Amino acid sequence: MGFQLNEQGFDALLSELSREYVIYAPKCFAGGNTFTDVDCIRYGTVKCVRDIVFDRKSDYSFKEAFLPVSETLFYFTEGETREADAPRKKGAVIFLRSCDLHAVKRLDEMYLNNGPEDFYYRRLRENTKFILMGCSQSFENCFCVDMDSSRSDNYSLSVDRKGDYYYVDCRDESLHALLKNNAAGELAVEPEYVRENKVHVHIPDNLSIQAAKSTIWDEYDSRCIACGRCNFVCPTCTCFTMQDLFYSENGKAGERRRVHASCMVDGFTDVAGGGSCRRKNGERMRFKVLHKVYDFKQRNGYHMCVGCGRCDDVCPEYISFSNCVNRLGDAMEEVEKHEK
Amino acid sequence: MDINTKKLKKNAFRVTKERGLTASRIRVPGGHLDAKYLLVLQEIAEMYGNGTLHITSRQGFEIPGIPFEKMPEVNEKLQPIIEGLQINQDVPGQGYTSSGTRNITACVGSRVCPYGCYDTTAFARRIEKAVFPNDLHFKIALTGCPNDCAKVRMHDFGIMGMTLPQFEPDRCVSCGACVRTCAKKSVEALKAVNYRPVRNEEKCIGCGECVISCPTRAWTRSRKKYYRLTLLGRTGKKNPRLGEDFIKWADEDSIVKIILNTYEYVEKYIDRNAPGGKEHIGYIVDRTGFEEFKRWALKDVQLPAIAEVYTPLYWKGVKY
Repeated sequence: MGFQLNEQGFDALLSELSREYVIYAPKCFAGGNTFTDVDCIRYGTVKCVRDIVFDRKSDYSFKEAFLPVSETLFYFTEGETREADAPRKKGAVIFLRSCDLHAVKRLDEMYLNNGPEDFYYRRLRENTKFILMGCSQSFENCFCVDMDSSRSDNYSLSVDRKGDYYYVDCRDESLHALLKNNAAGELAVEPEYVRENKVHVHIPDNLSIQAAKSTIWDEYDSRCIACGRCNFVCPTCTCFTMQDLFYSENGKAGERRRVHASCMVDGFTDVAGGGSCRRKNGERMRFKVLHKVYDFKQRNGYHMCVGCGRCDDVCPEYISFSNCVNRLGDAMEEVEKHEK
Repeated sequence: MDINTKKLKKNAFRVTKERGLTASRIRVPGGHLDAKYLLVLQEIAEMYGNGTLHITSRQGFEIPGIPFEKMPEVNEKLQPIIEGLQINQDVPGQGYTSSGTRNITACVGSRVCPYGCYDTTAFARRIEKAVFPNDLHFKIALTGCPNDCAKVRMHDFGIMGMTLPQFEPDRCVSCGACVRTCAKKSVEALKAVNYRPVRNEEKCIGCGECVISCPTRAWTRSRKKYYRLTLLGRTGKKNPRLGEDFIKWADEDSIVKIILNTYEYVEKYIDRNAPGGKEHIGYIVDRTGFEEFKRWALKDVQLPAIAEVYTPLYWKGVKY
């Protein structure tokens, strides 16, 4: 069922929703980016629709709403531990784009279906409603069409802003009455989606783990600076690391927290005894790329990467993930020639 | 030929080694201008000068080889540049009103440079508006960050951009980039405590390297822009020296006020018999003592609470 809402109506909708849900959406953090007077678009809580940035891709993904960058798991002192309260008590409403909604499936795969459920993920993931932000056009570096993530239908609501109005498709019965009450009109609405990206990726059919032996990875040894931005902005990266910290000098009270981790950053593959599985940055690039477009699929039947292109947007060294994927054909040719 | 050299110098022309020929000096506050003005300069150089253009050490232009008698025509031609760059002027069409206070220089700053902590050209233009025209010999320079590419410590007033790093602990992933970068590229003001950086406020110079290196936006820049103000550096024959830190975490308004106050101080204490009526401010301060200068400079200045004023100041440099 589709609805047309004006700004006032949409704000009333958000206000109603905020009784039971924390509302997360891409917001503008003025001057909040790396360089002077450059805004950062990232997720935060919003009260009104004007706070939501529709015309730009967010620099960081929605995932911080279920997977906080840093989350305290429990507190400890001597013989006792106490589970930390959930970062929020209410449910969540998350505004996100189609690529990101596809990423939710990957996060769920990792945290809910991959062995025992993750308690901390579950409690933030539960009672979440998704509002799909339609994409009337492709942004720079997006390659969602080739990753098959440009369309979604598993949303509660979709929203497209056109002029002064918001067009909403409602697929969630429980929100029907709420929309009806705040709408200016009813009509059929189909969320906008991207039909064509400027960037294309081709993942070769014969891609195998042999690609790891290619020399294409070597150039990243010097090009990549191992900062990890590509991972931190990625909606599908799920890795975290544990930290135990002690509050007092006697070291008997403290907390355990988990924080986002990156397979590109130093220390990620360190093991006891001083070893490290992937020291060179090219090796880390290889691991990341093949995980996103090869070995995750081996296990789960679909690619991990959703083609949002944020890794390309953020890389300070202008390394393109999509371009690297497009070199995998050459990599296979190289290693197969070598095999023969 | 009867030419009043004092008058032409004040009008931003100069006496050159070639008899009868002058050079026109063009101010470009902040060293940034619309490219279209280069066509005006080209026309003047080819029509009145010898067809060449000198890019001056103070980011202006100098058009050499102009016959003295062409000065009024050159002044007419300069009018669009003077207006376009919003240079204060007493009589339109008659060129620059004075030349004592030199062009205000700046590095490219945050319009282009990733390290720049503010729009250097915009601040340079603001200062230009406040101080020009003036016959007193003041040299002012701005640089976007503590790298000091503009070499502001060689000037009477050196303005160096700073940002006050803001830390959001919940966005920190303990990657260590800020701590390593600060140690290697800056002043080692960060150390990790319980996996997260702690900033030594005294040591921190506000360069923003931590913000630039942070992959998660745990470090961000302050909305408010801050500056280090360095004082009374100079080149020259007797005692060239680097400017010393006067105020750390100063704000724009205070800096403008301090510069204007210094004009009053110089009016009061300059040696009227100095050759050409020109005396570097530093030599005046050497004579009156720093405390007297400071009393004038800080009159009615409202510094931000965070600002640190260094006093007393002592300069070194080479003495001949």
